[in-house]
Amino acid sequence: MRFSALRVLKEGLTGNKGWTPHWRDPAPKPEYDAIIIGGGGHGLSTAYYLAKNHGMTNIAVLEKGYIGGGNVGRNTTIVRANYGLEGNSQFYSHSLKLWEGLEQDLNYNAMMSQRGIINLFHSDGQRDAAARRANMMISQGDDAELLDKHTVRKLLPNLNHDNIRFPIYGGLYHKRGGTARHDAVAWGFARGADQRGVDLIQNCEVTGIDIENGVVKGVQTTRGAIKAKKVGMVVAGRSGQVAAMAGMRLPVESHVLQAFVTEGLKPCVDHVVTFGMGHMYMSQSDKGGLVFGGDLDFYASYAQRGNLPTKEHVMEAAMCLMPQIGKARVLRSWGGIMDMSPDGSFIMDKTQVDGLFVNTGWCYGGFKAVPASGYCMAHLMATGQPHEVAARHRLDRFETGRGLMDEEASGSQHNLH
Amino acid sequence: MRIACPLCGERDSREFSYKGAALALGYPSEEAGFEAWDDYLHKRDNPAGPTRELWYHGSGCTAWLVVTRNTMTHEILSVELAEDAPESAQENTQGANA
Repeated sequence: MRFSALRVLKEGLTGNKGWTPHWRDPAPKPEYDAIIIGGGGHGLSTAYYLAKNHGMTNIAVLEKGYIGGGNVGRNTTIVRANYGLEGNSQFYSHSLKLWEGLEQDLNYNAMMSQRGIINLFHSDGQRDAAARRANMMISQGDDAELLDKHTVRKLLPNLNHDNIRFPIYGGLYHKRGGTARHDAVAWGFARGADQRGVDLIQNCEVTGIDIENGVVKGVQTTRGAIKAKKVGMVVAGRSGQVAAMAGMRLPVESHVLQAFVTEGLKPCVDHVVTFGMGHMYMSQSDKGGLVFGGDLDFYASYAQRGNLPTKEHVMEAAMCLMPQIGKARVLRSWGGIMDMSPDGSFIMDKTQVDGLFVNTGWCYGGFKAVPASGYCMAHLMATGQPHEVAARHRLDRFETGRGLMDEEASGSQHNLH
Repeated sequence: MRIACPLCGERDSREFSYKGAALALGYPSEEAGFEAWDDYLHKRDNPAGPTRELWYHGSGCTAWLVVTRNTMTHEILSVELAEDAPESAQENTQGANA
């Protein structure tokens, strides 16, 4: 079933009785050419691009819960390509280009909204840093513009521009950045993969990885054993437990990151705004809620909820940036489990087990990476070679110290990013 | 989350900062090689459940603590001074058996 304006019109006139489920609910087959563990954004896009780009259709995505129930449904929906480090820069640039054609490619409304991202700065030094980053983004072929304080005041009239500690000096404007409807991204990739023959198997938890003589043979699940020649571990915050089934310890520690949404308000913030000095960022959803978040809670957690001190800190930063937000009631808060790597960049690589691949370490930036992560992971699993834009994200870079991907230049140890 | 400091009593978690897994109590020898240092510096068990970790009571008595905490629930199971703590949970068990 294809979606089109004509179809919407026809269904509207005939009682909406012609819509069908977006994907099947198949039972697992005994054997597949490839299995992807994890039915989140990255796992679904991996399956989609394996089928679309590499013609691999005898594959399954195993999801222990339900499609869209993990981090892909627990983020702040921001899409951007404003990285500066060689490697990350190409990867996120590739991802943004995929985002730009995604809805047409998937025939699915992901509510992609390139409303622009403005990173505020508050000092001459920060302006210099923003100019440097802008130049890096332009060199990469993406867009960046340095805004003076008058322009920022015009674009974002509801912020407190004259805060004594953090007066707004200007902003780094990334016009092609924005937001996308996170659930629809998961559903769109799920539907696209399913249409190409991929089995999406929900309520199917992997309980073991079968390895013989250093070669992967399949997985054990709560719905029985499934054989496969290739297995990809794409489980974000749960990477530690899944890798342990293959006898691996990963350079990953799982942390909780919280986010919040207010009641619906009239349009008051047109862009994605980041307030780096307060570790706080915000955008307004199409329903009118201000969606905002901050920093990690900074302790290991799998609880999918955080504690009050971080909530308080984020609210304080929000009040500092936009005092009128204090009148809005917070409707919901949630937490996602972040697979934090020591250098703050992701890992996409083969493992020492033949046929077993790992995709992890997305830290708090997994959502914008969804299309390119799947694109590159599919390339890696299909060809055995890393895709050129993800070739630097090796698993062994921490052991050797060669090719560390420390975007923030804060060091390559846990708890620094 | 409140942490019961052995010296100060139960205090708000805001007074503490998190260092990471308690394996930092000991470290490999200089000759141990890349793999051992990689295990120590980067690789983590990252358990979903009880875990031993190091916290610093920076806004209190400035003691380093070994906190046993459940990462699924945030429940704090035990707290001891790092100077009294064995280097690993395994040694702890062996100590108890002895």
